[in-house]
Amino acid sequence: MAGNTPPVGVLALQGDVREHLAALSALGADARPVKSAGELERVAGLVIPGGESSVIDKLSRIFDVRDAIRARIASGMPVYGTCAGLIMLADDLVDGIAGQQTFGGLDATVRRNAFGTQLDSFETELDIPALGEPPVHAVFIRAPVVERVGPGVEVLARVDDGRIVAIEQGPLLGTAFHPEVAGEHRFHERFLERVRAAS
Amino acid sequence: MSTSETGTARVKRGLAEMLKGGVIMDVVTAEQARIAEDAGAVAVMALERVPADIRAQGGVARMSDPDLIEQIMAEVSIPVMAKARIGHFVEAQVLQSLGVDYIDESEVLSPADYVNHIDKWGYDVPFVCGATNLGEALRRITEGAAMIRSKGEAGTGDVSEATKHIRTITGEINRLRSLTKDELYVAAKELQAPYELVREVAETGKLPVVLFTAGGVATPADAAMMMQLGADGVFVGSGIFKSGDPVARAKAIVKATTAFDDPAVIADASRGLGEAMVGINVADLPAPHRLAERGW
Repeated sequence: MAGNTPPVGVLALQGDVREHLAALSALGADARPVKSAGELERVAGLVIPGGESSVIDKLSRIFDVRDAIRARIASGMPVYGTCAGLIMLADDLVDGIAGQQTFGGLDATVRRNAFGTQLDSFETELDIPALGEPPVHAVFIRAPVVERVGPGVEVLARVDDGRIVAIEQGPLLGTAFHPEVAGEHRFHERFLERVRAAS
Repeated sequence: MSTSETGTARVKRGLAEMLKGGVIMDVVTAEQARIAEDAGAVAVMALERVPADIRAQGGVARMSDPDLIEQIMAEVSIPVMAKARIGHFVEAQVLQSLGVDYIDESEVLSPADYVNHIDKWGYDVPFVCGATNLGEALRRITEGAAMIRSKGEAGTGDVSEATKHIRTITGEINRLRSLTKDELYVAAKELQAPYELVREVAETGKLPVVLFTAGGVATPADAAMMMQLGADGVFVGSGIFKSGDPVARAKAIVKATTAFDDPAVIADASRGLGEAMVGINVADLPAPHRLAERGW
């Protein structure tokens, strides 16, 4: 199955790139770091890792990869974003730093650092019907939440207080938590299925 | 659902994972913190005096005033770190109560205990600690450190000690990989570190926590060199705000840290930055003034 999957990329400007490359490789994918528009051209899907969203935004402009990513998202490339990656995929951002931009794509509003400081970072079990059993072990690190979703967006998961922490819209998938640091591969598998379907 | 845990090892080590590929900058005012965030720092280290000034002024260096740390926390939304003295567990308690995102148990401050480091497992806030070699790194991890930085020689602008320490740590890891299982027991004894941790490093070829480098990084090329030597990211202390043009230098170091393997980008980042911090050659420093020798 993995042999039919075209190469996929992990945006390698800053953040937990290594963990995503490992998760994708464990699923048999040809996963490559992507730092430039040229490297982006050679992949059929992109993971945007966890990291500091304000830095990933800046570096995407400094290294001229932002416009290329936006164009690929507009043309239907599957993208999976975790934490900072979810922020980068949101059309609207609350509590960004001055001038912070996102790539957009998901018709949603995401609040940065929604749970507080590192002392409020936590791990928990989430029931996610779209993934079935067992529950997902979810690690939230200075995590964002989704505060608004448009009509085309499917909510995949909420935390106990009802706040939205995983969403999907067509080929775009975003989680506020980090499956890649918890040995959870089902979101990456879902992303790879979208890549295969799109190719 | 329901069972939700804070302060776990995974959550503490996890924040450091998210900082990888980034630059953590020393700042002494809210204004500097704003400059650092705008320039692309992944986190700031809030302190009263940068190491170069601690070195110049002498005296006992302690945890910073809580008012200063809170002003910096109020100014920026990226993670804020702060330093406690080696072994000063009450400074660490205070910093945790302020809500800082990471505590640096740091040799840059004057040690409070020349025998024991802080028992870092007892805190929900994660700790980063310095190390000059693999054994020291593994002892700090045993005490609960969730991130390691090679020490270098802070406040000098001389990168040679940072080079030595990152090379020593990665070299010792590579040596462990070449040992047979029965040789690892003696390796653990020699490293003065727990066997289980030594075996894990031998199997995985890396520390179980993120490894940054620190101490003497002053230029984009310095930062890129540390990344090429295997660091996951860099701390820049005095190198930015003791230079001629901190805004330009901060941006340039961020850029070179990401493009560490692209000499053309590093060359561009190195242009027109004005004066680097003047610096001190480590070789000219008498031994009692070498901060890296604090901690064991």
